[in-house]
Amino acid sequence: MEQPQYIVQMNNIYKSFNGVKALKDVSINLQKNEVVGIVGHNGAGKSTLIKILSGALHKDTGSILIENKQVEILDPKGARNMGIETIYQDLALAGNLDVASNFFLGNEKTKFFFLRNKFMEEESKRVLQELRISIKSYSVPVDFLSGGQRQAVAIGRAIYNKAKVLIMDEPTAALGIEETRMVGDLINQLKKQDVGIFLISHDIHDVFDFCDRIAIMKNGELVDICVSDEVTKDEVVSMIIKGTK
Amino acid sequence: MLKDRKNFLYYLGVLTPIIFLILLILIFSSLHPRFLHPLNIFNVMRQISITGLIALGMTFVIIVRGIDLSVGSLIALCGLVGAVIAKGGLVERFSVGLDTELANPWYWALAGSVLIGLLAGTLNGVCITKLKVPAFVVTLGGLSAYRGTALIVSDGGPISGFNEAYRWIGQGKIGMVPIPVIIFLVFIVLCHIVLKYTVYGRYIYSVGGNPEAARLSGINIDLIITSTYIITGFFVGLSAFILSARLNSSEAVAGMGYELNVIAIVVVGGTSLFGGMGSILGTIIGAMLFGVLQNGLVLLNVSSYIQQIIIGIILVLAVTFDKFSKSARQV
Repeated sequence: MEQPQYIVQMNNIYKSFNGVKALKDVSINLQKNEVVGIVGHNGAGKSTLIKILSGALHKDTGSILIENKQVEILDPKGARNMGIETIYQDLALAGNLDVASNFFLGNEKTKFFFLRNKFMEEESKRVLQELRISIKSYSVPVDFLSGGQRQAVAIGRAIYNKAKVLIMDEPTAALGIEETRMVGDLINQLKKQDVGIFLISHDIHDVFDFCDRIAIMKNGELVDICVSDEVTKDEVVSMIIKGTK
Repeated sequence: MLKDRKNFLYYLGVLTPIIFLILLILIFSSLHPRFLHPLNIFNVMRQISITGLIALGMTFVIIVRGIDLSVGSLIALCGLVGAVIAKGGLVERFSVGLDTELANPWYWALAGSVLIGLLAGTLNGVCITKLKVPAFVVTLGGLSAYRGTALIVSDGGPISGFNEAYRWIGQGKIGMVPIPVIIFLVFIVLCHIVLKYTVYGRYIYSVGGNPEAARLSGINIDLIITSTYIITGFFVGLSAFILSARLNSSEAVAGMGYELNVIAIVVVGGTSLFGGMGSILGTIIGAMLFGVLQNGLVLLNVSSYIQQIIIGIILVLAVTFDKFSKSARQV
């Protein structure tokens, strides 16, 4: 049997805030070309877990392996350098800037201190077209774009930065049906490009539509990780509520 | 259709100051024959160059969602420090009194004035970003504290009577063009290039548009915010020197109320108080608008009290418009 290629392994992660145990012995892993959904109520620990991976929080104990190498993730920049990109629902883009400016934010291409605007616009166009995302105008502030297009710009940026692991926090929370489908298409495309995705969602339908495996959390503990084809939505919902298999 | 309407409102917000400026020029030139005389035009330009220079810095500050109320008081402090240095330092200042034979050349005075501006700007910026006190409060404190310091430095009276080289910076001309206007033009070009075409300028806009996104993109937003106050401090120091050279005098009441004029210029020029939007060109339009308005009203013998009322009204109208164009940007 072929050994699975783990891109992320989080082992026995503990984390507490002022004595309150937010994570208790959580172990989760992610393979290439795989989408793992993380579900659970508010306070179940899914955000804490993902913030530890994205560098926004530090774990108390436990280990994290990226491509089988043990790493210490100190801050968001450190995570990004390891190929871990996080996409937040609202925080990712500067609404007053155009697509290319957002695409290269914090990573601008320059020549003698001057911005290479033309080059950056062409690059962002190329990447987004490869992802089959059509954007009406590249020159308007991204506030003028729809929620789905903004999300697509954020995802495109992560891809351009050679993300190996993509963390998507409620990517469809503010989107309509059509736009949710568009983000779903994107996720499927990304899977084919050797990217592993952690998807946090409240929407059980999204999770079943997009994910290969589903991790269910309650009260800081991992209830179970199941293959989405082998469980029903009712079973998952019951685990979210009861906290037992 | 809705989007077109929003675009229309958006561009209306950008174009309004220009339309208003052209309208004012048409009105004043028809009411007063000498309004468009080159001498008068350069006169207007010279008048706006002092507040205009500070407005360049204020544009950076307001784009990153800040405000600097301390600039008026800082003008007095910087100008006085420059004057004291030109007079040969603190000790001489209080013993020699008014002496046109100066101990230090003008560029030392300029350097001192600018240095104080930079220090005050740094202090403002650090208090805002590290102590997490709102810019409004920090710079309001500065407004009071810098004025008080200026009063101490001046010992209550003006310091006047500078040498020719010093005065030339404020009063001299090259051809028909006053020196302050030339300085103003140089920094307009410089600021425009920095804001539009450099990484630093891009960071300014991103921090103003969405500080959290900028931070997550690895931008040091505290540093960017602080830098805008330092830039403003630099321009205050520079224009304080020009002002004292033009008036041949520095005094502790110099620059009273300038903060309002400067902020009005920037906001009327289309820079949004909500951050993330604005341009140097807009600020120039705003400065010209107020310059033309003031000059035209003077030519028409309108009382300066009424001018203040008009400035106040225009400021409120401009911010109202800003709100409209802001809501037009929200999808």
